[in-house]
Amino acid sequence: MSLKVEFDEPKCVAAGQCVMVAPDLFDQRDEDGVAIVLDDSPSPDQYDEAREAAAVCPAAAIRLVEG
Amino acid sequence: MPTPEYPMARESGCPFAPAPTVRTMTREEPAGKVRIWDGSEPWFITRHADQRALLNDPRISIDEHRDGYPHMTRGRAESAPHIPPMITNTDPPEHTRLRRTVNGPFMVKRVEALRPRIQQVIDSLVDDLLAGPNPADLVQAVGLPVPTLVITQILGVPYEDHAFFQTNSSKTISHESTPQEAREAGQALGQYLGALLGQKMKDPAEDVLSEMGARVAAGEMGYEEAVHMATAILIAGHETSASMISLGTLALLQNPDQLALLRDRSDDPKFVANAVEELLRYLTIVHTGIRRIANADIELHGVTIKDGDGIVFDLSGANWDETEFPGADRLDLTRPARQHHAFGYGVHQCLGQSLARVELQVAYSTLYRRIPTLALAVPFEEVPFAMEGVAYGLTSLPVTWSA
Repeated sequence: MSLKVEFDEPKCVAAGQCVMVAPDLFDQRDEDGVAIVLDDSPSPDQYDEAREAAAVCPAAAIRLVEG
Repeated sequence: MPTPEYPMARESGCPFAPAPTVRTMTREEPAGKVRIWDGSEPWFITRHADQRALLNDPRISIDEHRDGYPHMTRGRAESAPHIPPMITNTDPPEHTRLRRTVNGPFMVKRVEALRPRIQQVIDSLVDDLLAGPNPADLVQAVGLPVPTLVITQILGVPYEDHAFFQTNSSKTISHESTPQEAREAGQALGQYLGALLGQKMKDPAEDVLSEMGARVAAGEMGYEEAVHMATAILIAGHETSASMISLGTLALLQNPDQLALLRDRSDDPKFVANAVEELLRYLTIVHTGIRRIANADIELHGVTIKDGDGIVFDLSGANWDETEFPGADRLDLTRPARQHHAFGYGVHQCLGQSLARVELQVAYSTLYRRIPTLALAVPFEEVPFAMEGVAYGLTSLPVTWSA
């Protein structure tokens, strides 16, 4: 099993919650704070962070897909 | 049971707990109704899971121009038609575009870059507190000046005007203001910020008003919209952070084991960050509910919320929902609390939340470390609460310490 991060950019309201809980997987672009996925295939030790990022996203713009 | 009036008074002796009726409805009546100031009866949603689902549902709208919108106060109802489209009254996709234009200063990395300045602000306030009279009022000495100093720095508003801001922003949001008082206070803030925005457009500096000025000049934002937005940032960031600092301190003083834990681990950023989340959850200071209107029929728990019905989401209900937070009435700084709704939920979740978190992390990790003997200077029952605003807080917090 592996986890893949899916990010629905048009939904993103740039709250930055993903960056706060998973700074290795997400960043915010400088001009408007919209999220950037740094790594869409987290390693198993990053799964908890990835799940938390999806859970705290206020716009439900982050989804994890098991592959 | 008659429809309960909302907002509801808390039980005396339990000032931190949501009103008992809120908790009963969370358990027994997840899609009930309340009666608000204008006599209308919006739906009342308090469960954590329901709020998560609905606050991200495209069938729910924040368009306060629509008839039937359950306004917070009479003043808000009267001013709503005159407020231009902005992040607080638009739905996606327009909301998304607007939010992205004002979000820059609240980005995590820009807020993190402010941390050393916020630390300086708080250290120097603690220096002054310790050098001054003992006992002292923590609300005046630390709670109110921290957010005022920080937000006025970010906006680029001179600190000399802080008394003017505190008075007028309180009047704008208080339930005790008449509509006219609220309107006049809002106008006074708007006029001041409008003049300052004009000045920043001519002579820009490194601050948010100058950034907004550049967007106005580039045609990306209207002048009026910029003034409304600046006023909203100022008010939203002001009383809320102040209340969290003083109420958080009071809650910790009432829970000495938790206070000791936080003091001992104040150099552990992860522990402090989670402690802030738990205090946000436990206190949930925004206590008058966030308001929406249905744009389509929605089935929920066997009832139909109809197109055009008002909906009130009580955030403390969700944050004290036993299903999500077992033992919710206990302050437990070690519990996973990150999923709380203290900043709301959905696309309208607080714009300034990252800034608030840094302010609170610095405040809580500094205050009790530097003043380990901090104690109440009056009995708990005599601490005066201010319950009438959108966010509750303390009028004063008399504290003492041993030198």
